[in-house]
Amino acid sequence: MTKRAPLSLLIFVVIYLVFLYAPVVLLPIFAFNDSAIIAFPLEGFTMRWFWALGEEESLFRALKNSLIIAVSASILSTCFGVLTARAIARHEFLGKRPIFGLIMAPLFLPEIIIGVSILIVLLQLGFSLSIWTVIAGHVLIITPFSVSILTTAFGNMDKSLEEASLDLGENRFGTFRRVILPLVAPGLISSLLIGFTISLDEFVIAFFLTGTDPTLPVYIWSMLRFPSKLPTVMALGFVLLVMSLVLLSLFEYFRRRSEKLTGGYGKTQHHVGQEGE
Amino acid sequence: MTASRKLLLKIKNSLPGWRLIGGPFLFGFLLLLTPLLLMILLSFWTQDYLTLDRTLTVNNYVEVFSHPVYFTLIKRSLNISLMVTISTVLLAFPIAYYISFYGGRRKAILLFLITIPFWTSYLLRIFLWKIILGYNGVINSGLMSLNIIDEPLSFILYNTNAVVLALAHAFAPFAILPIFVSLEKIDRSLLEAGRDLGDSAIRSFFRITLPLAMPGVVAASLIVFIPTIGDYVTPRLVGGTDGLMIANMIQVQFSKANNAPLGAALAIVSLSIVVFISLLFILFNRKYLRRQV
Repeated sequence: MTKRAPLSLLIFVVIYLVFLYAPVVLLPIFAFNDSAIIAFPLEGFTMRWFWALGEEESLFRALKNSLIIAVSASILSTCFGVLTARAIARHEFLGKRPIFGLIMAPLFLPEIIIGVSILIVLLQLGFSLSIWTVIAGHVLIITPFSVSILTTAFGNMDKSLEEASLDLGENRFGTFRRVILPLVAPGLISSLLIGFTISLDEFVIAFFLTGTDPTLPVYIWSMLRFPSKLPTVMALGFVLLVMSLVLLSLFEYFRRRSEKLTGGYGKTQHHVGQEGE
Repeated sequence: MTASRKLLLKIKNSLPGWRLIGGPFLFGFLLLLTPLLLMILLSFWTQDYLTLDRTLTVNNYVEVFSHPVYFTLIKRSLNISLMVTISTVLLAFPIAYYISFYGGRRKAILLFLITIPFWTSYLLRIFLWKIILGYNGVINSGLMSLNIIDEPLSFILYNTNAVVLALAHAFAPFAILPIFVSLEKIDRSLLEAGRDLGDSAIRSFFRITLPLAMPGVVAASLIVFIPTIGDYVTPRLVGGTDGLMIANMIQVQFSKANNAPLGAALAIVSLSIVVFISLLFILFNRKYLRRQV
Protein backbone atom coordinates (compact mmCIF):
# COMPACT_ATOMS: atom_id res chain seq x y z
CA MET A 1 0.00 0.00 0.00
CA THR A 2 2.67 2.51 1.03
CA LYS A 3 4.34 3.79 -2.09
CA ARG A 4 7.80 5.26 -2.36
CA ALA A 5 7.85 9.04 -1.95
CA PRO A 6 9.01 11.12 -4.92
CA LEU A 7 12.71 11.96 -4.67
CA SER A 8 12.08 15.71 -4.59
CA LEU A 9 9.79 15.33 -1.57
CA LEU A 10 12.34 13.16 0.17
CA ILE A 11 15.10 15.72 -0.40
CA PHE A 12 12.83 18.48 0.91
CA VAL A 13 12.07 16.47 4.06
CA VAL A 14 15.79 15.95 4.72
CA ILE A 15 16.60 19.64 4.24
CA TYR A 16 13.71 20.62 6.49
CA LEU A 17 14.92 18.27 9.22
CA VAL A 18 18.36 19.88 9.02
CA PHE A 19 16.65 23.25 9.46
CA LEU A 20 14.66 21.95 12.45
CA TYR A 21 17.71 20.47 14.15
CA ALA A 22 20.17 23.27 13.28
CA PRO A 23 19.78 25.23 16.52
CA VAL A 24 19.39 22.31 18.87
CA VAL A 25 22.50 20.37 17.76
CA LEU A 26 24.54 23.41 18.79
CA LEU A 27 23.45 22.96 22.41
CA PRO A 28 25.56 19.86 23.19
CA ILE A 29 28.37 21.12 20.92
CA PHE A 30 28.86 24.33 22.89
CA ALA A 31 27.87 22.85 26.24
CA PHE A 32 30.88 20.51 26.02
CA ASN A 33 33.20 22.95 24.22
CA ASP A 34 36.24 24.02 26.25
CA SER A 35 36.06 27.73 25.43
CA ALA A 36 34.37 30.70 27.04
CA ILE A 37 33.41 32.05 23.62
CA ILE A 38 30.49 30.57 21.69
CA ALA A 39 32.13 30.30 18.25
CA PHE A 40 33.88 27.93 15.90
CA PRO A 41 36.47 26.42 15.72
CA LEU A 42 35.85 24.17 18.73
CA GLU A 43 38.50 24.02 21.46
CA GLY A 44 38.14 20.59 23.03
CA PHE A 45 35.95 18.61 25.39
CA THR A 46 35.06 19.79 28.88
CA MET A 47 32.49 19.17 31.56
CA ARG A 48 33.24 22.38 33.41
CA TRP A 49 30.13 24.27 32.24
CA PHE A 50 28.00 21.59 33.83
CA TRP A 51 29.97 21.90 37.09
CA ALA A 52 29.57 25.69 36.82
CA LEU A 53 25.81 25.13 36.67
CA GLY A 54 25.99 23.55 40.10
CA GLU A 55 27.49 26.72 41.53
CA GLU A 56 24.80 29.07 40.21
CA GLU A 57 22.80 29.67 43.36
CA SER A 58 20.33 32.02 41.69
CA LEU A 59 19.70 29.30 39.10
CA PHE A 60 18.52 26.94 41.79
CA ARG A 61 16.32 29.60 43.32
CA ALA A 62 14.78 30.29 39.90
CA LEU A 63 14.37 26.56 39.28
CA LYS A 64 12.66 26.16 42.65
CA ASN A 65 10.26 29.03 41.84
CA SER A 66 9.54 27.55 38.43
CA LEU A 67 8.88 24.10 39.88
CA ILE A 68 6.51 25.51 42.53
CA ILE A 69 4.71 27.49 39.83
CA ALA A 70 4.58 24.63 37.32
CA VAL A 71 3.31 22.09 39.86
CA SER A 72 0.64 24.41 41.30
CA ALA A 73 -0.46 25.73 37.92
CA SER A 74 -0.74 22.28 36.34
CA ILE A 75 -2.71 20.88 39.29
CA LEU A 76 -5.07 23.86 39.39
CA SER A 77 -5.69 23.90 35.65
CA THR A 78 -6.23 20.14 35.62
CA CYS A 79 -8.91 20.62 38.31
CA PHE A 80 -10.49 23.35 36.18
CA GLY A 81 -10.17 21.06 33.17
CA VAL A 82 -11.98 18.22 34.95
CA LEU A 83 -14.80 20.52 36.07
CA THR A 84 -15.19 22.10 32.63
CA ALA A 85 -14.96 18.83 30.71
CA ARG A 86 -17.53 17.16 32.98
CA ALA A 87 -19.91 20.11 32.72
CA ILE A 88 -19.62 20.24 28.93
CA ALA A 89 -19.88 16.48 28.40
CA ARG A 90 -22.70 15.67 30.82
CA HIS A 91 -24.84 18.75 31.33
CA GLU A 92 -26.94 21.23 29.42
CA PHE A 93 -27.06 24.70 30.95
CA LEU A 94 -27.74 28.31 30.09
CA GLY A 95 -24.79 30.18 28.63
CA LYS A 96 -22.91 26.97 27.79
CA ARG A 97 -21.29 28.33 24.64
CA PRO A 98 -20.19 31.74 25.95
CA ILE A 99 -18.88 30.26 29.20
CA PHE A 100 -16.95 27.60 27.31
CA GLY A 101 -15.71 30.28 24.91
CA LEU A 102 -14.40 32.41 27.78
CA ILE A 103 -12.53 29.47 29.30
CA MET A 104 -10.95 28.52 25.94
CA ALA A 105 -10.24 32.13 24.87
CA PRO A 106 -6.64 32.34 26.17
CA LEU A 107 -5.75 29.87 23.40
CA PHE A 108 -6.61 32.55 20.83
CA LEU A 109 -4.95 35.57 22.43
CA PRO A 110 -1.31 36.63 22.11
CA GLU A 111 0.42 36.02 25.43
CA ILE A 112 1.57 39.60 25.75
CA ILE A 113 -2.06 40.76 25.81
CA ILE A 114 -2.84 38.34 28.65
CA GLY A 115 0.29 39.34 30.57
CA VAL A 116 -0.30 43.06 30.18
CA SER A 117 -4.01 42.97 31.04
CA ILE A 118 -3.47 40.96 34.23
CA LEU A 119 -0.62 43.31 35.14
CA ILE A 120 -2.97 46.30 34.80
CA VAL A 121 -5.54 44.76 37.18
CA LEU A 122 -2.90 43.82 39.74
CA LEU A 123 -1.36 47.28 39.68
CA GLN A 124 -4.75 49.01 39.90
CA LEU A 125 -5.79 46.88 42.86
CA GLY A 126 -2.44 47.46 44.50
CA PHE A 127 -1.40 43.79 44.57
CA SER A 128 2.31 43.15 44.63
CA LEU A 129 3.80 40.76 42.08
CA SER A 130 4.84 37.36 43.37
CA ILE A 131 4.91 33.68 42.56
CA TRP A 132 1.13 33.69 43.01
CA THR A 133 0.52 36.17 40.22
CA VAL A 134 2.58 34.03 37.83
CA ILE A 135 0.63 30.93 38.89
CA ALA A 136 -2.65 32.76 38.17
CA GLY A 137 -1.45 33.77 34.70
CA HIS A 138 -0.24 30.27 33.92
CA VAL A 139 -3.46 28.60 35.08
CA LEU A 140 -5.29 30.87 32.67
CA ILE A 141 -3.26 29.78 29.63
CA ILE A 142 -2.94 26.08 30.58
CA THR A 143 -6.63 25.47 31.38
CA PRO A 144 -7.69 25.37 27.67
CA PHE A 145 -5.11 22.61 27.04
CA SER A 146 -6.33 20.65 30.08
CA VAL A 147 -9.92 21.08 28.94
CA SER A 148 -9.24 19.72 25.45
CA ILE A 149 -7.23 16.74 26.73
CA LEU A 150 -9.83 15.91 29.38
CA THR A 151 -12.81 16.45 27.07
CA THR A 152 -11.36 13.68 24.91
CA ALA A 153 -10.80 11.49 27.96
CA PHE A 154 -14.34 12.04 29.31
CA GLY A 155 -15.93 12.02 25.86
CA ASN A 156 -14.50 8.61 25.00
CA MET A 157 -15.79 7.20 28.25
CA ASP A 158 -18.91 5.03 28.09
CA LYS A 159 -21.68 6.73 30.08
CA SER A 160 -23.34 3.39 30.83
CA LEU A 161 -20.43 2.33 33.04
CA GLU A 162 -21.15 5.27 35.30
CA GLU A 163 -24.88 4.52 35.29
CA ALA A 164 -24.27 0.84 36.00
CA SER A 165 -22.20 1.74 39.04
CA LEU A 166 -24.95 4.05 40.34
CA ASP A 167 -27.62 1.40 39.67
CA LEU A 168 -25.61 -1.18 41.57
CA GLY A 169 -25.74 0.98 44.66
CA GLU A 170 -22.47 2.89 44.59
CA ASN A 171 -22.90 6.54 45.60
CA ARG A 172 -21.73 9.49 43.48
CA PHE A 173 -18.39 9.86 45.20
CA GLY A 174 -17.73 6.12 45.12
CA THR A 175 -18.61 6.02 41.43
CA PHE A 176 -16.24 8.87 40.75
CA ARG A 177 -13.43 7.27 42.72
CA ARG A 178 -13.85 3.68 41.58
CA VAL A 179 -15.19 3.96 38.02
CA ILE A 180 -14.55 7.39 36.50
CA LEU A 181 -11.18 8.19 38.03
CA PRO A 182 -9.39 5.00 36.90
CA LEU A 183 -10.74 5.49 33.37
CA VAL A 184 -9.67 9.11 33.01
CA ALA A 185 -6.46 8.77 35.06
CA PRO A 186 -4.22 8.62 31.96
CA GLY A 187 -5.94 11.78 30.67
CA LEU A 188 -5.37 13.46 34.02
CA ILE A 189 -1.70 12.58 33.98
CA SER A 190 -1.17 13.85 30.44
CA SER A 191 -3.00 17.06 31.36
CA LEU A 192 -0.68 17.50 34.37
CA LEU A 193 2.42 16.82 32.28
CA ILE A 194 1.43 19.16 29.44
CA GLY A 195 0.56 21.88 31.94
CA PHE A 196 3.82 21.37 33.75
CA THR A 197 5.93 21.66 30.58
CA ILE A 198 4.03 24.72 29.29
CA SER A 199 4.41 26.52 32.61
CA LEU A 200 8.07 25.60 32.96
CA ASP A 201 8.93 27.13 29.56
CA GLU A 202 6.56 30.11 29.55
CA PHE A 203 8.42 33.41 29.42
CA VAL A 204 6.31 36.43 28.46
CA ILE A 205 3.58 36.17 31.11
CA ALA A 206 6.15 35.29 33.78
CA PHE A 207 8.28 38.25 32.64
CA PHE A 208 5.36 40.63 33.21
CA LEU A 209 3.96 39.10 36.38
CA THR A 210 7.07 38.02 38.24
CA GLY A 211 8.15 40.03 41.24
CA THR A 212 11.51 39.65 42.93
CA ASP A 213 11.48 35.87 42.49
CA PRO A 214 12.36 35.12 38.86
CA THR A 215 11.23 31.93 37.13
CA LEU A 216 13.70 29.79 35.20
CA PRO A 217 12.99 31.41 31.78
CA VAL A 218 13.19 34.90 33.32
CA TYR A 219 16.52 33.89 34.86
CA ILE A 220 17.79 32.53 31.51
CA TRP A 221 16.70 35.79 29.87
CA SER A 222 18.82 37.77 32.32
CA MET A 223 21.79 35.42 31.75
CA LEU A 224 21.68 35.94 27.98
CA ARG A 225 22.97 39.47 28.49
CA PHE A 226 26.28 38.27 29.93
CA PRO A 227 28.59 36.73 27.30
CA SER A 228 30.68 35.04 30.01
CA LYS A 229 27.62 33.12 31.19
CA LEU A 230 26.69 31.75 27.76
CA PRO A 231 28.48 28.36 27.88
CA THR A 232 26.77 27.70 31.22
CA VAL A 233 23.45 28.63 29.63
CA MET A 234 24.19 26.12 26.84
CA ALA A 235 24.81 23.41 29.43
CA LEU A 236 21.54 24.36 31.13
CA GLY A 237 19.70 24.16 27.79
CA PHE A 238 21.10 20.70 27.17
CA VAL A 239 20.02 19.50 30.61
CA LEU A 240 16.52 20.92 30.00
CA LEU A 241 16.31 19.16 26.62
CA VAL A 242 17.22 15.78 28.09
CA MET A 243 14.81 16.21 31.01
CA SER A 244 11.98 17.29 28.70
CA LEU A 245 12.51 14.25 26.49
CA VAL A 246 12.15 12.00 29.53
CA LEU A 247 8.92 13.81 30.45
CA LEU A 248 7.70 13.59 26.86
CA SER A 249 8.27 9.84 26.77
CA LEU A 250 6.25 9.53 29.98
CA PHE A 251 3.49 11.62 28.41
CA GLU A 252 3.43 9.46 25.31
CA TYR A 253 3.29 6.31 27.43
CA PHE A 254 0.26 7.57 29.38
CA ARG A 255 -1.45 8.88 26.26
CA ARG A 256 -1.27 5.45 24.66
CA ARG A 257 -2.58 3.82 27.81
CA SER A 258 -5.41 6.35 27.87
CA GLU A 259 -6.33 5.47 24.28
CA LYS A 260 -6.27 1.79 25.07
CA LEU A 261 -8.36 2.09 28.23
CA THR A 262 -11.08 4.46 27.09
CA GLY A 263 -11.14 2.96 23.59
CA GLY A 264 -11.38 -0.57 24.92
CA TYR A 265 -14.19 0.20 27.32
CA GLY A 266 -16.07 2.70 25.25
CA LYS A 267 -16.32 1.27 21.79
CA THR A 268 -18.02 -2.08 21.93
CA GLN A 269 -20.19 -3.84 24.43
CA HIS A 270 -18.36 -7.15 24.62
CA HIS A 271 -15.13 -5.45 25.53
CA VAL A 272 -16.75 -4.36 28.76
CA GLY A 273 -17.63 -7.94 29.50
CA GLN A 274 -14.16 -9.16 28.73
CA GLU A 275 -12.26 -6.62 30.72
CA GLY A 276 -14.63 -6.21 33.65
CA GLU A 277 -13.53 -8.00 36.80
CA MET B 1 -46.21 33.75 33.51
CA THR B 2 -45.45 30.65 31.46
CA ALA B 3 -42.46 32.40 29.95
CA SER B 4 -41.03 33.20 33.36
CA ARG B 5 -41.80 29.69 34.56
CA LYS B 6 -39.97 28.29 31.53
CA LEU B 7 -36.99 30.45 32.39
CA LEU B 8 -37.14 29.31 35.99
CA LEU B 9 -37.19 25.69 34.83
CA LYS B 10 -34.23 26.36 32.54
CA ILE B 11 -32.29 27.92 35.38
CA LYS B 12 -33.16 24.97 37.61
CA ASN B 13 -31.96 22.54 34.95
CA SER B 14 -28.81 24.59 34.53
CA LEU B 15 -27.78 24.35 38.17
CA PRO B 16 -25.84 21.03 38.02
CA GLY B 17 -23.82 22.29 35.04
CA TRP B 18 -23.21 25.69 36.61
CA ARG B 19 -22.07 24.10 39.85
CA LEU B 20 -19.32 22.29 37.95
CA ILE B 21 -18.21 25.04 35.60
CA GLY B 22 -18.68 27.91 38.08
CA GLY B 23 -15.11 27.86 39.38
CA PRO B 24 -13.33 27.87 36.03
CA PHE B 25 -15.80 30.45 34.74
CA LEU B 26 -15.26 32.77 37.69
CA PHE B 27 -11.51 32.43 37.25
CA GLY B 28 -11.74 33.31 33.56
CA PHE B 29 -14.11 36.15 34.39
CA LEU B 30 -11.76 37.64 37.00
CA LEU B 31 -8.45 37.05 35.23
CA LEU B 32 -9.35 37.41 31.57
CA LEU B 33 -12.58 39.28 30.95
CA THR B 34 -12.21 41.85 33.73
CA PRO B 35 -8.56 42.59 32.87
CA LEU B 36 -9.41 42.97 29.17
CA LEU B 37 -12.26 45.36 29.97
CA LEU B 38 -10.08 47.28 32.39
CA MET B 39 -7.37 47.49 29.73
CA ILE B 40 -9.92 49.05 27.35
CA LEU B 41 -10.88 51.54 30.07
CA LEU B 42 -7.24 52.32 30.86
CA SER B 43 -6.55 53.03 27.19
CA PHE B 44 -9.00 55.96 27.46
CA TRP B 45 -7.19 57.44 30.45
CA THR B 46 -3.91 59.33 30.45
CA GLN B 47 -0.85 59.17 32.64
CA ASP B 48 1.69 61.82 33.50
CA TYR B 49 4.57 59.99 35.17
CA LEU B 50 2.91 58.59 38.29
CA THR B 51 -0.41 60.41 38.33
CA LEU B 52 -3.23 58.76 36.45
CA ASP B 53 -5.78 61.14 34.91
CA ARG B 54 -9.13 59.36 34.84
CA THR B 55 -10.95 61.68 32.48
CA LEU B 56 -11.97 59.80 29.35
CA THR B 57 -10.13 60.81 26.20
CA VAL B 58 -9.14 59.30 22.87
CA ASN B 59 -5.71 60.98 22.99
CA ASN B 60 -3.85 57.67 23.25
CA TYR B 61 -5.48 56.39 20.09
CA VAL B 62 -4.81 59.66 18.31
CA GLU B 63 -1.17 59.30 19.29
CA VAL B 64 -1.03 55.66 18.15
CA PHE B 65 -2.42 56.51 14.73
CA SER B 66 -0.64 59.83 14.17
CA HIS B 67 2.82 58.92 15.41
CA PRO B 68 4.82 57.21 12.65
CA VAL B 69 6.81 55.13 15.19
CA TYR B 70 3.76 53.18 16.32
CA PHE B 71 2.37 52.87 12.83
CA THR B 72 5.71 51.51 11.55
CA LEU B 73 5.91 48.99 14.39
CA ILE B 74 2.36 47.76 13.90
CA LYS B 75 2.84 47.49 10.14
CA ARG B 76 6.12 45.63 10.60
CA SER B 77 4.64 43.24 13.18
CA LEU B 78 1.79 42.48 10.81
CA ASN B 79 4.20 41.98 7.90
CA ILE B 80 6.51 39.71 9.86
CA SER B 81 3.63 37.73 11.26
CA LEU B 82 2.06 37.23 7.81
CA MET B 83 5.42 36.26 6.30
CA VAL B 84 6.02 33.79 9.13
CA THR B 85 2.53 32.33 8.75
CA ILE B 86 2.80 31.86 4.99
CA SER B 87 6.32 30.42 5.02
CA THR B 88 5.70 28.16 8.02
CA VAL B 89 2.51 26.70 6.59
CA LEU B 90 3.95 26.31 3.07
CA LEU B 91 7.03 24.53 4.42
CA ALA B 92 5.00 22.45 6.85
CA PHE B 93 2.55 21.10 4.29
CA PRO B 94 4.97 18.83 2.36
CA ILE B 95 6.30 17.49 5.67
CA ALA B 96 2.82 16.67 6.97
CA TYR B 97 2.00 15.21 3.54
CA TYR B 98 5.08 13.03 3.58
CA ILE B 99 4.37 11.68 7.06
CA SER B 100 0.70 11.05 6.35
CA PHE B 101 1.04 9.49 2.88
CA TYR B 102 4.46 7.88 2.98
CA GLY B 103 5.04 7.46 6.72
CA GLY B 104 3.65 3.93 6.82
CA ARG B 105 4.32 2.36 10.18
CA ARG B 106 6.91 4.98 11.11
CA LYS B 107 4.38 7.83 11.45
CA ALA B 108 4.64 8.09 15.24
CA ILE B 109 8.44 8.05 15.14
CA LEU B 110 8.54 10.68 12.40
CA LEU B 111 6.22 12.96 14.39
CA PHE B 112 8.37 12.44 17.47
CA LEU B 113 11.48 13.28 15.40
CA ILE B 114 9.87 16.58 14.45
CA THR B 115 9.04 17.59 18.01
CA ILE B 116 12.41 16.74 19.62
CA PRO B 117 14.11 20.08 18.82
CA PHE B 118 11.28 21.90 20.55
CA TRP B 119 11.70 20.40 23.97
CA THR B 120 14.29 22.82 25.22
CA SER B 121 13.79 26.38 26.40
CA TYR B 122 12.03 28.62 23.86
CA LEU B 123 14.41 31.44 24.75
CA LEU B 124 17.44 29.28 24.02
CA ARG B 125 16.07 28.05 20.71
CA ILE B 126 15.70 31.63 19.53
CA PHE B 127 19.05 32.58 21.02
CA LEU B 128 20.76 29.73 19.16
CA TRP B 129 19.70 31.35 15.87
CA LYS B 130 21.77 34.32 16.94
CA ILE B 131 24.74 31.96 17.23
CA ILE B 132 24.04 30.50 13.79
CA LEU B 133 23.49 33.81 12.03
CA GLY B 134 25.86 36.02 14.05
CA TYR B 135 29.01 37.86 12.99
CA ASN B 136 31.23 35.05 14.32
CA GLY B 137 28.41 32.59 13.91
CA VAL B 138 28.16 29.14 12.43
CA ILE B 139 27.28 30.26 8.90
CA ASN B 140 29.92 32.97 8.70
CA SER B 141 32.75 30.93 10.17
CA GLY B 142 31.71 27.97 8.03
CA LEU B 143 31.64 29.95 4.81
CA MET B 144 34.92 31.67 5.68
CA SER B 145 36.76 28.44 6.43
CA LEU B 146 35.56 27.14 3.07
CA ASN B 147 36.93 30.33 1.51
CA ILE B 148 33.60 31.16 -0.05
CA ILE B 149 33.55 34.59 1.57
CA ASP B 150 36.41 36.80 2.77
CA GLU B 151 34.65 38.65 5.57
CA PRO B 152 31.57 37.81 7.65
CA LEU B 153 28.19 38.56 6.14
CA SER B 154 26.50 41.15 8.31
CA PHE B 155 23.11 41.20 6.63
CA ILE B 156 21.91 37.84 7.96
CA LEU B 157 21.37 38.88 11.59
CA TYR B 158 19.55 41.79 13.24
CA ASN B 159 16.85 42.38 10.67
CA THR B 160 13.33 41.27 9.88
CA ASN B 161 14.51 38.25 7.86
CA ALA B 162 16.26 36.85 10.92
CA VAL B 163 13.05 37.34 12.93
CA VAL B 164 11.01 35.56 10.25
CA LEU B 165 13.48 32.67 10.09
CA ALA B 166 13.61 32.17 13.85
CA LEU B 167 9.83 32.37 14.20
CA ALA B 168 9.21 30.04 11.24
CA HIS B 169 11.43 27.59 13.07
CA ALA B 170 9.81 28.09 16.47
CA PHE B 171 6.29 27.48 15.18
CA ALA B 172 7.06 24.61 12.79
CA PRO B 173 5.48 21.79 14.84
CA PHE B 174 2.36 23.88 15.50
CA ALA B 175 1.82 24.05 11.74
CA ILE B 176 2.80 20.46 10.90
CA LEU B 177 0.56 18.75 13.46
CA PRO B 178 -2.86 20.21 12.49
CA ILE B 179 -2.15 19.71 8.76
CA PHE B 180 -1.07 16.14 9.47
CA VAL B 181 -4.29 15.47 11.41
CA SER B 182 -6.48 16.75 8.58
CA LEU B 183 -4.51 14.76 5.97
CA GLU B 184 -4.96 11.65 8.07
CA LYS B 185 -8.72 12.09 7.98
CA ILE B 186 -8.85 11.98 4.17
CA ASP B 187 -10.49 8.82 2.88
CA ARG B 188 -7.81 7.28 0.68
CA SER B 189 -10.39 5.62 -1.55
CA LEU B 190 -11.44 9.08 -2.77
CA LEU B 191 -7.95 9.56 -4.17
CA GLU B 192 -7.97 6.13 -5.80
CA ALA B 193 -11.36 6.85 -7.33
CA GLY B 194 -10.06 10.15 -8.69
CA ARG B 195 -7.05 8.44 -10.23
CA ASP B 196 -9.13 5.60 -11.64
CA LEU B 197 -11.43 8.10 -13.30
CA GLY B 198 -8.47 9.64 -15.06
CA ASP B 199 -7.23 12.51 -12.88
CA SER B 200 -3.50 13.09 -12.99
CA ALA B 201 -1.59 13.04 -9.67
CA ILE B 202 -1.36 16.83 -9.62
CA ARG B 203 -5.01 17.29 -10.51
CA SER B 204 -6.17 14.89 -7.83
CA PHE B 205 -3.95 16.70 -5.31
CA PHE B 206 -5.55 20.06 -6.07
CA ARG B 207 -9.08 18.74 -6.46
CA ILE B 208 -9.22 16.26 -3.57
CA THR B 209 -6.29 16.35 -1.15
CA LEU B 210 -5.84 20.09 -0.75
CA PRO B 211 -9.52 21.04 -0.31
CA LEU B 212 -9.97 18.27 2.26
CA ALA B 213 -6.80 19.33 4.08
CA MET B 214 -7.91 22.97 4.26
CA PRO B 215 -9.33 22.78 7.82
CA GLY B 216 -5.84 21.80 8.99
CA VAL B 217 -4.24 24.53 6.90
CA VAL B 218 -6.64 27.14 8.33
CA ALA B 219 -6.02 25.94 11.89
CA ALA B 220 -2.25 25.91 11.33
CA SER B 221 -2.33 29.45 9.91
CA LEU B 222 -4.25 30.80 12.91
CA ILE B 223 -2.10 28.91 15.41
CA VAL B 224 1.00 30.51 13.89
CA PHE B 225 -0.42 33.95 13.13
CA ILE B 226 -2.02 34.81 16.48
CA PRO B 227 0.98 34.36 18.80
CA THR B 228 3.64 35.61 16.36
CA ILE B 229 2.15 39.08 15.98
CA GLY B 230 2.61 39.61 19.71
CA ASP B 231 5.99 37.93 20.01
CA TYR B 232 8.37 39.71 22.34
CA VAL B 233 11.44 37.50 22.59
CA THR B 234 12.44 36.94 18.96
CA PRO B 235 12.63 40.59 17.86
CA ARG B 236 14.61 41.42 20.99
CA LEU B 237 17.16 38.66 20.41
CA VAL B 238 17.64 38.54 16.64
CA GLY B 239 15.76 41.56 15.32
CA GLY B 240 18.19 44.38 16.07
CA THR B 241 16.66 47.85 15.92
CA ASP B 242 15.14 47.31 12.47
CA GLY B 243 13.39 44.14 13.58
CA LEU B 244 11.60 45.35 16.71
CA MET B 245 7.89 44.62 16.88
CA ILE B 246 4.84 46.05 18.63
CA ALA B 247 5.14 43.80 21.71
CA ASN B 248 8.51 45.39 22.47
CA MET B 249 6.92 48.84 22.37
CA ILE B 250 4.04 47.72 24.61
CA GLN B 251 6.54 46.41 27.14
CA VAL B 252 8.52 49.69 27.04
CA GLN B 253 5.33 51.68 27.73
CA PHE B 254 4.63 49.58 30.79
CA SER B 255 8.16 49.83 32.17
CA LYS B 256 10.66 52.48 31.12
CA ALA B 257 8.30 54.95 29.46
CA ASN B 258 5.87 54.61 32.38
CA ASN B 259 2.88 55.25 30.16
CA ALA B 260 0.55 52.31 30.84
CA PRO B 261 -2.48 53.95 29.16
CA LEU B 262 -0.60 54.32 25.88
CA GLY B 263 0.65 50.73 26.24
CA ALA B 264 -2.94 49.62 26.79
CA ALA B 265 -4.06 51.49 23.66
CA LEU B 266 -1.28 49.81 21.65
CA ALA B 267 -2.31 46.42 23.03
CA ILE B 268 -5.98 47.06 22.14
CA VAL B 269 -5.07 48.13 18.60
CA SER B 270 -2.89 45.03 18.09
CA LEU B 271 -5.56 42.78 19.56
CA SER B 272 -8.21 44.30 17.27
CA ILE B 273 -5.99 43.68 14.25
CA VAL B 274 -5.41 40.06 15.29
CA VAL B 275 -9.13 39.45 15.84
CA PHE B 276 -10.11 41.24 12.61
CA ILE B 277 -7.66 39.33 10.41
CA SER B 278 -8.45 35.99 12.07
CA LEU B 279 -12.19 36.46 11.54
CA LEU B 280 -11.63 37.59 7.96
CA PHE B 281 -9.49 34.53 7.35
CA ILE B 282 -12.08 32.18 8.84
CA LEU B 283 -14.85 33.85 6.83
CA PHE B 284 -12.77 33.51 3.68
CA ASN B 285 -12.29 29.79 4.26
CA ARG B 286 -15.80 29.13 5.51
CA LYS B 287 -16.70 26.69 2.76
CA TYR B 288 -13.81 24.37 3.68
CA LEU B 289 -14.58 24.47 7.38
CA ARG B 290 -18.29 23.78 7.02
CA ARG B 291 -17.74 20.58 5.11
CA GLN B 292 -15.81 19.10 8.01
CA VAL B 293 -18.59 19.65 10.52
